[in-house]
Amino acid sequence: MSSHPKNVPITILRGVPEEETYEETFDVPYREGMSVLDAVVWIRTNVDSSIAFRYSCVNANACKECMVAVDGKTEYACTARLSSDGNTVGPLTNKVLIRDLVTDIVPPKENLRTILAERGEG
Amino acid sequence: MIHLETHVLVVGAGGAGMYAAIAAARNGADVILADKSMIGRGGATIMAQMTTAAALGEEEPDSWEKHLDDTLDAGRGLCNEELSAILCEEAIDRIREMDDWKVGWARKDGKITGVMAPGHSVPRCVYVDFLNTGPAVAKCLRTQVARADSALRISGVAINDVVVDDGVAIGAVGWNLEDETPVTIAANAVVLAAGGLTRLYARNSASINMNGDAYAMALRAGAELMDMEFPQFFPIGHLAPRLVGMDPIMWDPFRYKLGGRLFNADGEEFLHRYGGEDADKYTTTRDIISYGITKENEAGRATDNGGVYLSFRHLSEKVLRDAFGPVIDKLANNGIDLMERDVEVSPIAHYHMGGIRVNGSMETCVPGLYAAGEAVGGANGANRLSGNAIPEAFVFGERAGRFAAEYARGRNRSWVADAAVGHVDQLNAMIGRQTDANGEKAALGGMWAELQRLMWEKVGVLRTGDKLTSALTRIRDMRTELESVAPADDNEFNLTLQDWYDLRSALLTAESVTLAAINRTESRGAHQREDFEQTDPGQTYNQRLRLDDDGSIVSDYLSVAGGAQ
Repeated sequence: MSSHPKNVPITILRGVPEEETYEETFDVPYREGMSVLDAVVWIRTNVDSSIAFRYSCVNANACKECMVAVDGKTEYACTARLSSDGNTVGPLTNKVLIRDLVTDIVPPKENLRTILAERGEG
Repeated sequence: MIHLETHVLVVGAGGAGMYAAIAAARNGADVILADKSMIGRGGATIMAQMTTAAALGEEEPDSWEKHLDDTLDAGRGLCNEELSAILCEEAIDRIREMDDWKVGWARKDGKITGVMAPGHSVPRCVYVDFLNTGPAVAKCLRTQVARADSALRISGVAINDVVVDDGVAIGAVGWNLEDETPVTIAANAVVLAAGGLTRLYARNSASINMNGDAYAMALRAGAELMDMEFPQFFPIGHLAPRLVGMDPIMWDPFRYKLGGRLFNADGEEFLHRYGGEDADKYTTTRDIISYGITKENEAGRATDNGGVYLSFRHLSEKVLRDAFGPVIDKLANNGIDLMERDVEVSPIAHYHMGGIRVNGSMETCVPGLYAAGEAVGGANGANRLSGNAIPEAFVFGERAGRFAAEYARGRNRSWVADAAVGHVDQLNAMIGRQTDANGEKAALGGMWAELQRLMWEKVGVLRTGDKLTSALTRIRDMRTELESVAPADDNEFNLTLQDWYDLRSALLTAESVTLAAINRTESRGAHQREDFEQTDPGQTYNQRLRLDDDGSIVSDYLSVAGGAQ
């Protein structure tokens, strides 16, 4: 184990649909083999917990909730290896943005707002 | 504010929650199935790699009574025999029902095939290849619950509190993650199926949503918990090298099928020192292996990363590939060639034996409040057999849904807004507090990390009275500190508001575990005290916890419940 891990820059695309999105870069301690999910979790734990991000199963690739764009390419954050030079992580571009890295991937029948709208209560 | 009404509200949509919703719907109830994550995606069931125990007896003679004997033996004298018997007997029905739903149980010569797992006297653990039990089961249940016309599925609604009026559960309060809108749900019956508490520990094997919600909601609603001192540590969680895309408990199936050998850093097999068996036999139960690995660590015989070695190098590539096919390549992509190298493993928080105290109908002592799955305490006593968690989700889920539907059907909905107002006001206050937030941006993340470290180091595999007492003091301080921490000022998918509520549940649950562990001055099953190393026959009782009027946790003892007469 190396005693002094180097930091790598992780740029996250942030914001909500109504406003201009912006980039924010965080220095994350690099560990050989770590995933993009590891990096985002590290940032939420240690620097800024307000980043919106969707995941459940932590690195097992079972829940399939953590799909994001890593350097523009659609990947599961839990299986995408972090580059030792750093990465840019953004929301899926083919889904409706909710905030930061979270897009609307919930099936419409399971979405409360959609359910209410169909009932005429939205 | 959004208000919804239903007969049965099911909180949590893992294996138990989905089964409860299916059962409630087919027993004539309108159902709302709500999960703070996505339906059938979060929770523990989907993480299951392999074993589901059921005495099907297809390949060789077996009976649910034998399965019960094994379960009671593993439980070290503390099982609620009525719940254990229900689990073992009805596991057969649920596994066959899932087979009818084409979940894809592995077969040999047309028969559903089972593997041997430690503590079982018959090979009875069924599975879906390869290491696909959890995803296959979750998909199957998602399909079934989607077909239930009277069940409404809602992803992304976090339930914070059960609403109780005059001692009766009448619904719940929560919020919609997408836009932070408070949600009230009137329900004649509420089923808590929100899973266990593994997220309380720094090293854990489950989804992040397993943060003790069910236990804390039950306590606050006036229900009782039992056996909270017994979180289970999975002995051989993956430690190194870094492995992504796989559950850290994935070495268990390798041991079921292939045996494998455990060595300390000095290259010695060591389980025999602690009453287990070495050399390619996978017979030693989880509590003993966890204890042995932790003791080897303490004796300075740990690997670089603080674990022990698991080795399959004595096996041929053909044997490995026949057993695990594509998984061998997935491992190779992670730089792990099992022919060439050993991996490092160590204990990891995996499951909770304790939980909400229910009767055979899954009813708590609060009328209208039910529990299902891992949230329920009692069936597995002080130590759970591998393979018993998934059938527990199915069996208790089905029963909770069925009995909740019977209770709720035809009963007049009696929503009392006044009974919910305290919870709604508290939620609105948390949302309103955000605008004057000026604290640290990672305060909630930091608190989560601190709690996980604290539980791992002081309320983990090996405990002492001193460590537990210092943990209890800190947990109580953190409960006070949380009151003044504000979430971030966001309205859409505000994870910090969720962190706050998750921590509120986690801290109350952590206090329950720690207090119960202090009170049990012996070692038994998953509860190992270095200051009380022996099992004390005089402590063969269950510990019951409830919340006092002033918000403090009080405990007493119950003699172990026998079988149903």
